[in-house]
Amino acid sequence: MSGPSDFQPSNPALKWIERRLPIFGLIHSSFVAYPTPRNLNYWWTFGAILSMMLGLQILTGVILAMHYTPHADLAFKSVELIVRDVNYGWLLRNMHACGASMFFFAVYIHMFRGLYYGSYKEPREVLWILGVIIYLLMMATGFMGYVLPWGQMSFWGATVITNLFSAVPYFGESIVTLLWGGYSVGNPTLNRFFSLHYLLPFVIAGVVVLHIWALHVAGQNNPAGVEPKTEKDTVPFTPYATIKDAFGVSCFLIFFAWFIFYMPNYLGDADNYIPANPGVTPAHIVPEWYYLPFYAILRSIPNKLAGVVAMFSAIIILCFLPWLDSARTRSSKYRPLAKQFFWIFVVVCILLGYLGSQPPEGIYVIAGRILTVCYFAYFLIVLPLLARIETPRPVPNSIADDVLAKSKGRAATAASVMLAMVVAGSLLVGGTQNAKAEEGGDNPPAQSWSFSGPFGKYDRGSLQRGLKVYKEVCSACHSLNYVAFRNLADPGGPGYSEAQAAAFASEYKIKDGPNDQGEMFERPGRTADYFPAPFPNEQAAAAANGGKAPPDLSLMAKARSYKRGFPQFVFDFFTQYQEQGPDYVDAILQGFEDKPPAGVTVPDGTYYNKYFPGHAIKMPKPLSDGQVTFDDGSPATVKQYAHDVTTFLMWAAEPHMEARKRIGMQVFFFLVVFAILMYFTKRKVWADAH
Amino acid sequence: MTTASSADHPTRRDFLFVATGAAAAVGAAATVWPLVAQMNPDAATIAAGAPIQVDLAPIAEGQDIKVFWRGKPIYISHRTKKQIQEAQSVALSSLPDPQPDSARVKAGHDQWLVVIGICTHLGCIPIAHEGNYDGFFCPCHGSQYDSSGRIRQGPAPANLAVPPYAFLSDTKIQIG
Ligand code: FES
Repeated sequence: MSGPSDFQPSNPALKWIERRLPIFGLIHSSFVAYPTPRNLNYWWTFGAILSMMLGLQILTGVILAMHYTPHADLAFKSVELIVRDVNYGWLLRNMHACGASMFFFAVYIHMFRGLYYGSYKEPREVLWILGVIIYLLMMATGFMGYVLPWGQMSFWGATVITNLFSAVPYFGESIVTLLWGGYSVGNPTLNRFFSLHYLLPFVIAGVVVLHIWALHVAGQNNPAGVEPKTEKDTVPFTPYATIKDAFGVSCFLIFFAWFIFYMPNYLGDADNYIPANPGVTPAHIVPEWYYLPFYAILRSIPNKLAGVVAMFSAIIILCFLPWLDSARTRSSKYRPLAKQFFWIFVVVCILLGYLGSQPPEGIYVIAGRILTVCYFAYFLIVLPLLARIETPRPVPNSIADDVLAKSKGRAATAASVMLAMVVAGSLLVGGTQNAKAEEGGDNPPAQSWSFSGPFGKYDRGSLQRGLKVYKEVCSACHSLNYVAFRNLADPGGPGYSEAQAAAFASEYKIKDGPNDQGEMFERPGRTADYFPAPFPNEQAAAAANGGKAPPDLSLMAKARSYKRGFPQFVFDFFTQYQEQGPDYVDAILQGFEDKPPAGVTVPDGTYYNKYFPGHAIKMPKPLSDGQVTFDDGSPATVKQYAHDVTTFLMWAAEPHMEARKRIGMQVFFFLVVFAILMYFTKRKVWADAH
Repeated sequence: MTTASSADHPTRRDFLFVATGAAAAVGAAATVWPLVAQMNPDAATIAAGAPIQVDLAPIAEGQDIKVFWRGKPIYISHRTKKQIQEAQSVALSSLPDPQPDSARVKAGHDQWLVVIGICTHLGCIPIAHEGNYDGFFCPCHGSQYDSSGRIRQGPAPANLAVPPYAFLSDTKIQIG
C-alpha cells in the first residue's frame, strides 16, 4: 500500500498472476518489506491485536448467525439452545460475547496510546479520524449485538439508547418510530438490528483497510515521535514487527481466555438471563462497561437534549484532536505537563466509567458533573493551552538514538507494564455485576460450592438430590423450560445413564399432538422431551400464584446476582468468583422468617425474606425440614435442600460448565507455553536488529 | 536480515523456530475443530431423531402411508398379493441393483414394504402407485421403482433404501 513494489515472485505461476494483478507485490510491500520504526514498544502491538479481534468477531459472529433466530419470541431461546445444544456452542458464544469486551478493551488502549504519543498529529490526521469512525461503528455494532439475545438488558438497553434520538427537536419522535419500525421496541427492531449487526463489521473491516492504507502512507508514529530518517531507524515489518505482534497477540489471548473459560459472565449483566419483558424495567439499566463513561456524561446533564448532545460531542471531539492540540512535539514522553494531564485524563475516564455504573443519585451526580467538565476541559482548554505554554524537553535526533538511550532504561518499561495492569483492572470497574439485592436486602453469605474455581465440578450426589427437591417441591409452581430429560444423562450432569433418564422421563405425562384426528393427547415422556411446565401459560401461572407468575428456573442461578462492591469485584476477577447467583438462590431459600423483625411489616400476600430485595417476597416458604427424604442418608434439612437444589439449578443454568473449565485448562496450558515460545522466538529474531 | 550474529547456535535457533511454528500449527488446528464441529447436528436434533413407533393396523391392503423420521419421508405400503407376487418373481439378473424381495422386507411380514421415500438419483420424493412397475415413479427425472422399491428404469443408480426398523408386534413397527 505504499507505492509500487519491485517485488517479483520466482514461481512462474505466481509470476503469471502478478503480471495481471500485482497482489503479491502489494502484500510484500505492505506486510513484509514495509519499514517500521525500530523503537516501537508493546503498546504498538494493539493494532495487530485489534485486527485479530475483528477477524475473530466476524468469524464467531457468522457462525452464531447460523444458529440464531432473530425473532422476538425465539431469540432468547435460540441463544440458550446455542449454548446448550450446538457443538461447542457455549465456547463460540462466550468467545463472541467476551470478544466484544476484549475488542473494546484493546481499542481503548490503542486510542490512549495514540493520545499519549501524539499519533494524531500531522501528517496522521486522516489516519486518526478514520480510527474515530471505526470506534463509532464499533459502538453501534456492539450496541446492536447486545440487543440480539433479547434479554431484559437487551430490550431496555435498546429502548433507552433508541430514545436518545427522541431528544432531536421536532423530528425526535418520528426518528425513533422509524428506528423501531413500530410503536415500541419489538420484533421489527430486533430484525433490523440483526441485519445491521451483521452488516456493520464488514463496514468496519472496510474502514480498517483505509486506516491501514493511511497508516502505510504516513508511516507509523513511534514512542520518540520523530520520523525515521535513515535505514538505521527502521526494520522490515517481517519478521520483526510480525513476530513482535504475534507475541503481543498470544499474550492478549491468555487474558481473553481467562474470560472465555473462567469468567464468561463477569462482564455481563445477570438481568440479561431474564427474557425480555416489555412490562418490567430492571431496577438498574446499565449499558455494557465500554459505554459507561459516555453514559455518565449523558446522565450528568439535567437537560435531555443537552445530555444527548454532550454524549455525542464527547466522542466527536476526538475528530478535532489534531487541531486542538497544536504542540509541535508529538510524544508526551518529552512533554512533562502533557504527560501529567494525560494520566489525569485517563483517571477521569475511568472514574466516569465507574459513575456510569452507579445509580444516578446524590454524590454520584455531582461527581459526574465535575468529571464531565474535566473531560471536555482536557480537549478544549488543557491541550490548546499546553501547546502554547509548555516547554518540551528535547526530542532525540533520530530513532536510532532513542533506541540506544532506551536500552539503559529498562525499569521504565517494567513500570509501564505494571501501570497497564492497574489500568486494565480498573477499566473493568464498570462491568462488574450490578446491584440486584441492593435495595434493602442483606447480602447473601458466600457459600462454598463444589463447582467454583478453575477445577470446580458439580457434586453428582448433590445434583441428584437437587433434582429430587425440584421434582417434589419446586416443580409444583416453577417450570424448567430449557432442560430436557436427555440432559440428565449428559456428561458433566447428574450422572444418570441413558436408561435411567428414559425411565425418569416416562414418569411424566407429555402433551403431544395433534394426532390424525386433530386432537391433542398425552403420552409418557421421552428423553427428547423437556420438563413440562406446571401451568399451561403465563396467565394461568399468575392467576394461580397471587397475580405473579413464578419465574422459570432454568437460568435462575445465572439470572440473579447482588452487588459485590469495591474492591471485592477486583479480587473476584482473580479468584474467579462467579457464584453470586447460587449464593443468592441458596440464601433466599433459607432466608424466610416466620415473623418479620420488629418494626417491619410486609404487605398482605407476601412473606418476609431476609435476603430478598425489599424483603417482601411473593413466594411462600417453599422448604421445611423433613419434606423430602433422600435415599443416600443426607440430612433432611432446609439447609441441605437449599444447597442441593441450588447446585442442581446451577447445573440447569450452565450444563457445560465442566467441559468449559476442562477445556479452559488445556487452552491455558497451551497458550502459556506458546507465549513463552513466542517470546524466545521474538528475542532471537530481534537479536539481529540490535 | 537474519544472519551472522546467531550463526554460532544454528541448531538451538532452528529448534526454537520449529517448535514455535509447530505449536502455532497445533493451536490453529485445535481452533478450527470447534468452528467446524458446530455445523454438525446439535444435541436437540439428534435427540429428536430417536426411533418412532408406527401403528400399522389402520393401513388397508393396497394402501400406503407416509411418515417422517429424521426429516425423511418413510413409505409404509401394505402390498397386495399381486404386488408381492410381482416383487418376488422378477428375475434378479434383469435388475440394475439386484436384490431379492426377501432382503427388502422382514420375514413373515411380506405384505409390508418400508422404504425411505427418497429417490436415489437426486433426492426427490417418488410418487407411490405410479409408473410401469406397480411401485413408485419419480417425477423429477423419471426413475421408476417396483413394488419392492427397486430401481427398474431411469437415471437412479440404486434401490430405495430400507430404514432400520423392527416389528414390535404384527401391527406395530419401530423405525430407527
Ligand atoms: S431425483 Fe428422482 S429421478 Fe432424479
